[in-house]
Amino acid sequence: MLDEVILLDAYFSMFGMRVRIALAEKGVEYEYREQNLLNKGQYLLDMNPIHKKIPVLIHNGKPICESLIIVEYIDEVWKNNPLLPSDPYQRAQARFWADFIDKKVNDTGKRIWYLKGEQQQAAKEEFINALQLLETELGDKPYFGGDKFGFVDLALIPFYCWFHAYETFGNFSTEEHCPKLIEWAERMAEELENKLRAFSLTEEEKNEISLVAGDIHRSMKECTRSLLGKICGNKRANFTGLRKTICFIWPTEGPFSIRGMGYNYYPVCVHPKDKNMVKDGKMDL
Amino acid sequence: MLDEVILLDAYFSMFGMRVRIALAEKGVEYEYREQNLLNKGQYLLEMNPIHKKIPVLIHNGKPICESLIIVEYIDEVWKNNPLLPSDPYQRAQARFWADFIDKKVNDAGKRIWYMKGEQQQAAKEEFIEALQLLETELGDKPYFGGDKFGFVDLALIPFYCWFHAYETFGNFSTEEHCPKLIEWAERCEKIESVSKSLACPIKVYEFVLILKKKYGVK
Repeated sequence: MLDEVILLDAYFSMFGMRVRIALAEKGVEYEYREQNLLNKGQYLLDMNPIHKKIPVLIHNGKPICESLIIVEYIDEVWKNNPLLPSDPYQRAQARFWADFIDKKVNDTGKRIWYLKGEQQQAAKEEFINALQLLETELGDKPYFGGDKFGFVDLALIPFYCWFHAYETFGNFSTEEHCPKLIEWAERMAEELENKLRAFSLTEEEKNEISLVAGDIHRSMKECTRSLLGKICGNKRANFTGLRKTICFIWPTEGPFSIRGMGYNYYPVCVHPKDKNMVKDGKMDL
Repeated sequence: MLDEVILLDAYFSMFGMRVRIALAEKGVEYEYREQNLLNKGQYLLEMNPIHKKIPVLIHNGKPICESLIIVEYIDEVWKNNPLLPSDPYQRAQARFWADFIDKKVNDAGKRIWYMKGEQQQAAKEEFIEALQLLETELGDKPYFGGDKFGFVDLALIPFYCWFHAYETFGNFSTEEHCPKLIEWAERCEKIESVSKSLACPIKVYEFVLILKKKYGVK
């Protein structure tokens, strides 16, 4: 029986991005549903009646809420490519720093764009202080997770695409205060993009893709990762970027459309399930 | 090699109580060290330099901070008498409700004794609403964990010894609004690990009086 995985999310949410990254790291196929947070849909309210927030992961009809709880759930259900360490003490440390990010980075970041004057200044100082503590924790390791991308890396990297906004509204530079952290963030973004470049199709595979459902799904997974690279690395993924990304993985002839939400920015996962998407042996996105 | 387990804690802390209950449930021997939160000792500041708070569990010299993180650690190291369910979905649900307690019960409860007037009234309403949601989640089960005391029960029960203080300062009765939850709490109190870990409600009330004076709250 195929798993049904649905993600209720909103493009700009750092918390939603954590879940998208986790699903991509595990290679899980899912349906992304962009939510309108100013006019919340009934399904979202039914799936998260307590907090009425995104992200919500719905696995075979059962909802899981709160981004870090969702990520731990994903890590426990899909056991490939573990995100949390296996040692209990290391796990406790990873959870501690993810909790620190939720308590200190998120709150102060919001206050930078939300407030003015002295309160904004205080928020900036607390924000920088929090990043510097994280920079110290990172130390000389390539990742917070040690030798590979892990739970804390995942918990923090989505905030990187909000730094430009914080810096502009708060009039400061994160790189000036935490150069090593910015170096880590840029490396994370580049790695996500390199995963995209490493993927190349043989001529045979290109021919098969438009014909076989399984290949379509495989390409969808890679598509998901590259779009994450766009979001984290370039801080935006507009329609042009999306088209370029899809064409890079998977050259198609002629025009194609993306089932989107009518905004300028598109969701991470293109809807994979429509049979009508294959026309005349070619993929119609 | 014998484990060395030290708990830096403070008698009145609901968060510390969670860890005490977990250690008792597992039958772990440990050294309890009461901390003076108004004059924090060097060892506490070294073991928790980021938040400078209790509880801190120190296992063979290595510190773990944040009560729910400590409890999950304890559950993973000492595998007898599991606190979290084994099914991933049930675990996610347990973590969700423990997080809800941290976000809603703790915050509103504090504002009941810390604030006055309209702000206090708002805090009372939020507090009662949170408890009622928890009561609905409990349903007809003897414990949040189902048939036995579990993670969510452990996360919530320490707040029960603070109810008397909240009720007195806020002038309301939790039993009137959530009778089933009070029944659950009384059932939990019969468990030995709980009864020996919770603070005395009267002492909690007297402690809050001292806090109010200290913060200049009338």
